[in-house]
Amino acid sequence: MPARARPTSPHLGIYRWQIGNSLSILHRLTGVALGLGLLALCYWLVSLAGGEQSYAAAAKVFASPPGLAALVGWTFAFMYHLLNGVRHLLWDAGYGFERMPRHVSGWFAVLGSIAVTLCIWGLIWAGHRS
Amino acid sequence: MSLQSPLGRVLGLGSAKDGTGHWWAQRVSAVALVPLTLWFMFSLLALPALDYATVRAWLSFPLSGFLALLLVAVLTYHSYLGTTEVIEDYVHSAGMKVLSLLLLRFVHVLVGGASIFAIMRVAFGS
Repeated sequence: MPARARPTSPHLGIYRWQIGNSLSILHRLTGVALGLGLLALCYWLVSLAGGEQSYAAAAKVFASPPGLAALVGWTFAFMYHLLNGVRHLLWDAGYGFERMPRHVSGWFAVLGSIAVTLCIWGLIWAGHRS
Repeated sequence: MSLQSPLGRVLGLGSAKDGTGHWWAQRVSAVALVPLTLWFMFSLLALPALDYATVRAWLSFPLSGFLALLLVAVLTYHSYLGTTEVIEDYVHSAGMKVLSLLLLRFVHVLVGGASIFAIMRVAFGS
């Protein structure tokens, strides 16, 4: 063990909240949420393989109010994690580090994922009504 | 003071124990997931309905089954890498860390295995 405590990462407490660290934390949060979504995807696939009855039971769970809320949440989490993930990949490739592209791409990821989520569920809702 | 070279540390015995392996695997699986997840999302949205017969017919189609299998495998791997990192960062007691990492690993193998088996059952019609 080192003689004195070494700084550990990530130490969230010392940062002022701003777009950079907020979006980084949101990336992790959506990632963990999507990890839970993986369980739901697995449940859906297993119910499909199990036959008509088990699929109907799963469909009922997903169509319930908490089920729908989770699906909308996972849609947003997926879109955000995807858009912000591409942002991270571009950084890894060495692009977009300056203040302007960093902020613009960050807001694009947030607003884009909200817009796509609304579009998808608007389409589903419209299709359901007609 | 270690006599180990910086290269040696990075190649496998730094504080992360596996060099850049975890980081790189996360990026590679992320790149693979961009087309796979988008394909999955657009396929489901393009289906006329999500009832049993329609979804089953779609997943029985060889290309759909194959891509769905790849998706589930890479997704589970990527989720495993990501959630492992979260546990490593936030769970500090050694016992809890080992326990939760072990649990995480078992759950991911279970979920990935069950999903792949389900897709194969649909694809081969059993």
